[in-house]
Amino acid sequence: MSQMRQLTEGAEMSSCPSCEEPLETGDLYCGACGFDLSAAPEPAAAEDHPTIAINGASAQGGSPAEEPAGPVEWPEAPDISTDTSHPGELRGTDSSGGDLTGEVRFDHPPGPDEYALQAPDPRTVVPPAATPPAGTKLCVACRTGTVDQDGYCEHCGHAQPRERDHMERELDAVAAVSDRGLRHHRNEDAFAVSATALPDGSPAVVAIVCDGVSSATRPDEASAAASQAANESLLASLPRGTHPQQAMHDAIIAASDAVNSLAQDPAHAREHDPHRHQNAPACTIVGSVIAGGLLVVGWVGDSRVYWVPEDRTSPAARLTEDDSWAAQMVAAGLMNEAEAYADERAHAITGWLGADAYELEPHTASFKPDRAGVVVVCTDGLWNYAEGAAEMAAVVPADAAERPLHCAQVLVGHALDGGGHDNVTVAVLPFSLAPQGAGSA
Amino acid sequence: MANFSKSNVPQFSVDVYQNEYLPEGGREVNAIVTVTSTGGGTVGGTAVRAYATGSTPDAAVAIMVDCSGSMDYPPTKMRNARDATAAAVDTLRDGVHFAIIGGTHVAKEVYPGGGQLAVADATTRDQAKQALRKLSAGGGTAIGTWLKLADRLLASADVSIRHGILLTDGRNEHESPEDLKAALDACAGRYTCDARGVGTDWEVKEVTAIASALLGTADIVADPAGLAADFTQMMEAAMGKEVADVALRLWTPVGTEIKFVKQVAPTVEELTSRRTEAGPRAGDYPTGSWGDESRDYHVCVQVPNADLGQEMLAARVSLVVPQGDGSVQTLSQGLVRAVWTDDMAASTSINPQVAHYTGQAELAQVIQQGLEARKAGDMDGATAKLGRAVQLAAASGNEDTAKLLAKVVDVEDAATGTVRLKAKVEDADEMTLETRSTKTVRVKK
Repeated sequence: MSQMRQLTEGAEMSSCPSCEEPLETGDLYCGACGFDLSAAPEPAAAEDHPTIAINGASAQGGSPAEEPAGPVEWPEAPDISTDTSHPGELRGTDSSGGDLTGEVRFDHPPGPDEYALQAPDPRTVVPPAATPPAGTKLCVACRTGTVDQDGYCEHCGHAQPRERDHMERELDAVAAVSDRGLRHHRNEDAFAVSATALPDGSPAVVAIVCDGVSSATRPDEASAAASQAANESLLASLPRGTHPQQAMHDAIIAASDAVNSLAQDPAHAREHDPHRHQNAPACTIVGSVIAGGLLVVGWVGDSRVYWVPEDRTSPAARLTEDDSWAAQMVAAGLMNEAEAYADERAHAITGWLGADAYELEPHTASFKPDRAGVVVVCTDGLWNYAEGAAEMAAVVPADAAERPLHCAQVLVGHALDGGGHDNVTVAVLPFSLAPQGAGSA
Repeated sequence: MANFSKSNVPQFSVDVYQNEYLPEGGREVNAIVTVTSTGGGTVGGTAVRAYATGSTPDAAVAIMVDCSGSMDYPPTKMRNARDATAAAVDTLRDGVHFAIIGGTHVAKEVYPGGGQLAVADATTRDQAKQALRKLSAGGGTAIGTWLKLADRLLASADVSIRHGILLTDGRNEHESPEDLKAALDACAGRYTCDARGVGTDWEVKEVTAIASALLGTADIVADPAGLAADFTQMMEAAMGKEVADVALRLWTPVGTEIKFVKQVAPTVEELTSRRTEAGPRAGDYPTGSWGDESRDYHVCVQVPNADLGQEMLAARVSLVVPQGDGSVQTLSQGLVRAVWTDDMAASTSINPQVAHYTGQAELAQVIQQGLEARKAGDMDGATAKLGRAVQLAAASGNEDTAKLLAKVVDVEDAATGTVRLKAKVEDADEMTLETRSTKTVRVKK
């Protein structure tokens, strides 16, 4: 999958961080040990930590416990045609507004039957057209064998990096990075970033991030379908002049429909294995739109949006409220944040996209920031390692607005440094006050 | 060789059941591979299709009947053998090539003779039954000669399915075990053969070894009166076969060691040592001929260690059938994988299919060991082994084996495997248990 990393050249290293083997220009993996070089933190990351930590810490006292998603002191966004939920106002309820039922889903594998192992029928398998001719690809692990059409080395048997193991994308005013992490065997996160224009010609920037629910069937397909559907919905509605918050609401509905339709997809029905527990594909979604001086966020599940101002003396903030057990416990006043997040059920999510979800009510919010900054849209694979807004701000490089891709790489690197226990996906959107200046990077 | 353009090659499917998750440092990968073949014809059903499609049957069958002197003690044995062979001849599909061999210390062509095979139709079936009436008992037993004659006759027909049915009532006394072994080696892979022992004066290990080497079934017919039904059933199974010489091909990556490969359903059959190399890091294990049926295989491989989060292909399992030009056709394949994880719940769970067949293989082993110990006079050892067998049979729902065990031991508590050896055991019961010890049941749904 030679096309999978467009920008690794920007992160040259002289030797492998794992085994110290000297590297050659353009290496994606270490030739000796197979280490994924893109997974290595870039040298700049380390330098970024101290510079920002000072500001962030002084502003917030550095304690995550003091940092619920407090209201951000921004002017109300005018002309909002839909109901607006503000961070901090959201009650701990299920997505239909009722009391919690107590039933939750866990975003970790339930057991060995987590995903299907169906062997392809050689008579029906059509090699994907994009597969290069055999013999052109060498195994990244042993550098000896060629790769078969199932994606395994014909010599040592090692699974080859899949396209989704590490993905990067950069546009003028938004960038995103997604990585498999260090402990999971595949990437179940997905993202979509795009830029379009409002009817008045001013730019609009879109970022969508989805986290597949591992305990469901085919979470990777769910996240891919949701992010794509939401992105397409926004690209269609924003140029028509739909209010960005309404557009975000509609996009989440469209994403939900896309995930729901996966459950009925007969092409994927695996009826041959009665032992495997099947449940509907599911994922979280979080998105952000910057358009016309507004910052709009929308979400279902526990993926988050953070606001990190360019001037680090002003506080950073979390703009979303998780659909999670812990968040609801805190919101209901049953536990304080520290207790709730220490509980093993903390990360069980209470809202998701999927055919088996409760009645879907997308959360959306609009803000009109009065200063420049960056918007960080991420899955829990990142925020597990930078939970509080101040902690997140401390990891965001000072030049994030100028180099959003670099910022996203640094943030993914931070999660991998922390252990990379989950898939990590980050989208970074610079916000500038000048209406035409969003593309200043 | 086989020409599959004219025959109904069944559709093969391969399903792999395994827990692919390994803990850090874990190296052993176990998988149950279920191979199912369903008829390639458009008409459903097994026997129905065989007669309904009207295509020329592409098979040859040789029936080997023991005519040694002992077959006259009691005389019903020879009569029942004749009747059973006649019933089998009646079951032959029109157009199938066949021959009947009378076996003593030498092999004689009973029908049609002259080194030929007859082609089944109303006339030849009548002639065959006439010839059977003249069959009489007298002489010794040299099974290797029967097998070699069957091989010569079956090879004379240009067909894809070649099958033998062998009936004996006594020990292979008139040739050395090496002669029989040599005959089996010469015939292996050339035709498949079911073997039956009638009465109780034959050697279980000889009969099961013939069936094992020639990829057929082995059983006891303790009461000669049951022969006709058994022969009919065997011949029906043979008529249902649609593709021969199928091999289980196992590809494993560099650094991987194959611990074992065995068939675990419908019977336990060790295949590890029967590998023939088939290209780089690949080997073929013989499975014989297939009709509409399903078999399970247990594959155990040891892979090199890898880091958490890594995934590798531990083995690629495919079903292949040789083509006339020396190449092979791949009928179906499945992947056995290894994924290293720090999720203890995932890596410590045992796949139910693997657990079940591990138990079934142990069941077959402890029955054989228990009966050996009993014959050797080691009553404590026999009690322990057969007790364990009772426990395994009960836990896995293998009721047929449990019933056979209950004829050899008094069961006090099946759950704990507490048993007492019976003081008096019928020879037939003990031989039945030994012969059928390898029969397994599938996982309870």
